[in-house]
Amino acid sequence: MNSSFETHEHDVLVIGAGGAGLRAAIEALAQGVSVGVVSKSLLGKAHTVMAEGGIAASMAHVDTKDDWRVHFGDTMRGGKFLNNWRMAQLHAQEAPERVRELEHWGAIFDRTPDGNILQRAFGGHTYKRLCHVGDRTGLEMIRTLQDRGVQMGFDVYMECTIVRLLTDAGRCVGAIGYWREQGRFVVFKAKSVIMATGGIGKAWPITSNSWEYTGDGMALAYEAGAELLDLEFVQFHPTGMVWPPGVQGILVTEAVRGEGGILRNSKGERFMEKYDPQRMELSTRDVVARSIYTEVKQGRGTEHGGAYLDISHKPAEYVKKKLPSMYHQFKELADVDITKGPMEVGPTCHYVMGGIRVDADIAQSTLPGLFAAGEAAAGLHGANRLGGNSLSDLLVFGRRAGLAAAKHAKATSAPIIDVAQVDAAEKYALAPFQRQGGENPYAIHRDLQKTMQSLVGIFREREDLEKALVELQELNERWTHTSVEGSRLFNPGWHLALDLKSMLTISEAVARCALLREESRGAHSRIDFPNLSPEWGTKNNVIRRNDSGMTLRQEPKTEMPQDLKQILDENK
Amino acid sequence: MADAILNVFRGDINGGQAVDYSVPIAPGMVVLDALHYIQGHLSPDLAVRWNCKAGKCGSCSAEVNGKPRLTCKTRMDTFTAGQPITVRPMKSFPVIKDLVTDVSWNYQVNKKIPPFQPKPGTDWKFYQDDADRVQEFRKCIECFLCQNVCHVLRDHDKKAQFAGPRFFVRVAGLEMHPLDGLSREKILKEELGLGYCNITKCCTEVCPEEIHITDNAIIPLKERVVDRYYDPLVWITRRIRGDRHS
Repeated sequence: MNSSFETHEHDVLVIGAGGAGLRAAIEALAQGVSVGVVSKSLLGKAHTVMAEGGIAASMAHVDTKDDWRVHFGDTMRGGKFLNNWRMAQLHAQEAPERVRELEHWGAIFDRTPDGNILQRAFGGHTYKRLCHVGDRTGLEMIRTLQDRGVQMGFDVYMECTIVRLLTDAGRCVGAIGYWREQGRFVVFKAKSVIMATGGIGKAWPITSNSWEYTGDGMALAYEAGAELLDLEFVQFHPTGMVWPPGVQGILVTEAVRGEGGILRNSKGERFMEKYDPQRMELSTRDVVARSIYTEVKQGRGTEHGGAYLDISHKPAEYVKKKLPSMYHQFKELADVDITKGPMEVGPTCHYVMGGIRVDADIAQSTLPGLFAAGEAAAGLHGANRLGGNSLSDLLVFGRRAGLAAAKHAKATSAPIIDVAQVDAAEKYALAPFQRQGGENPYAIHRDLQKTMQSLVGIFREREDLEKALVELQELNERWTHTSVEGSRLFNPGWHLALDLKSMLTISEAVARCALLREESRGAHSRIDFPNLSPEWGTKNNVIRRNDSGMTLRQEPKTEMPQDLKQILDENK
Repeated sequence: MADAILNVFRGDINGGQAVDYSVPIAPGMVVLDALHYIQGHLSPDLAVRWNCKAGKCGSCSAEVNGKPRLTCKTRMDTFTAGQPITVRPMKSFPVIKDLVTDVSWNYQVNKKIPPFQPKPGTDWKFYQDDADRVQEFRKCIECFLCQNVCHVLRDHDKKAQFAGPRFFVRVAGLEMHPLDGLSREKILKEELGLGYCNITKCCTEVCPEEIHITDNAIIPLKERVVDRYYDPLVWITRRIRGDRHS
């Protein structure tokens, strides 16, 4: 190993500083171990700040009949029963306590008239369940967690990107990365590593996700030998901005519909009556996204190819109070006053339900010493995530991962770093500098996005998916010829070249899983297999790397215990 | 539509120069889109910080035509056609490269602020009116534009003595938290240098979240400090009770 490498050692290393990473770090610190948090961005900028609508937790402050059983049932139904039932159970049971904890750490939620945390309606939730702060709930959550972590004394490594996990005798013992600022390498030795790196939205051009969402954590885990699960399930949020082009994909919170917003097509028809007459606009995201897509495809779209979403029937002051950032977003970026007229909206790539396969109770991946939480992990949401269940997921499983990682660290010997792995990672990361006049990483990224948008989008079919796999192979080949200009000093072209490899790997996993799953379930819609298949409903797709490349197999889901089955029967 | 010319600083701590880039314009385009176009087609190593591109994370701050702005919320159609648009890094922080500056000082200041501490025995009940008052401060997205324009930092470089508007907003959010039981007047006066602020309101003018930094955060905090340290009645009471140093 190059002796000049800066090295840090922690009991627990958390990769990712969004809601899951910070909550995990806080819990590990509370267990008395040393914790390092690595973040691609500055602290407090993680994608969690963009979460708008709220945190789902059955506090029963507004609808007193709510309890964890109903939340569990809603989550399972929303996920088309492909969810890991144990995760869905833990999530529903523990979410209220996790929200209360945030309040105890200083978060300020909107209030009910009797002084409790206010809750609002959201798609697929039986009761008013989302604890919120106007439409900036994620910001409140991340600031609260950030301040708590700072107060407890975690070490934060900001603007640092991990390029490889390090392993020793079949366990994860740390990671190697580079400082984005100076381009120097840094080695982290750790007894436990927690992956909290979010999703893969940047593989699609129309997305609500930030640049960080390049599937790094999933790709790192996969490269290190951990298993991934069910990556065919990619959520397209029904309402992203569609006009002007520069803002395409920016999220329009589901809270607009939660507060009474109505969807109409160009003929003025309230089209959700056709697709889900019971729940209408508050149907689950997969259904609403497909409905808007279908209306546009059949020629009833708006001028810029979307649907109208209208909240202007509510008093202007109410809209500004409950949806302040939506009001400003449309006013400043699209010249639309949402208190006076409708917004134009259409589906935008938002979330991936699949990810790193974890144990439900302790969030450990199939690679010992490697844990995962939040969007990077799979299981809780099954085939489709309900709005509001992401923030609660981050808190519940972030905490569980932190707890388990600390416990694991206490029972584990000091990590041994394999110099050969560090050298190989350095060589891999610097390769784009060794080549001259090769491919521009930005051009490959644009082409990857085209492939994913046109062939692995909302509606899929065999022919398209097979074509996508061929194109992905070509893109992978082109990637081996990427070259970058300039020095290692804060060089976004170089950063993208490395992030791109993660995107290519995970995109391939998405396309392969999507091709294999011959049914339509939740967010995965096959034109050639439009129905639910009872047989596929009992199986997960498991992805793993072996010497010859990516392999896929199916594994049967474990049987749900009788008491949970009974809850589902009672809450139909 | 005609192309726009962006005149962007390229360089590092050792200096550099502004470079012109010609960028095709699309409807609704913002300055950050133009910077992304430069990265994607003209100069892949142009250093820019950004995350959400939706005005929610506060990463993409820069000085556009001399004005401190979030580049993701600055529309290209607000500029005169044909005139070059200058884009510079924030002046109050050391340049790392191009438009990326070293803002780590802010994270150091933040650590000095005593966190939320609930009043003993609270029942965790409070009302929307109480929430509204502090939620204004909690809207802050830490873009540091207020820090960038504050003349105490920008012109006088008092970083060692003065915390800057961002952190007075943070303290105000804690001090006015309906359930907080701590007082932070001493640290405001002695460590965060609140007295240096002479309420020119430059910070309020640039805040993309429209937080009334001066009127709603800084002035009430100044009043608290004055009440505590300079109100003769309070001073006498304290002398009598012997808790002068609390």
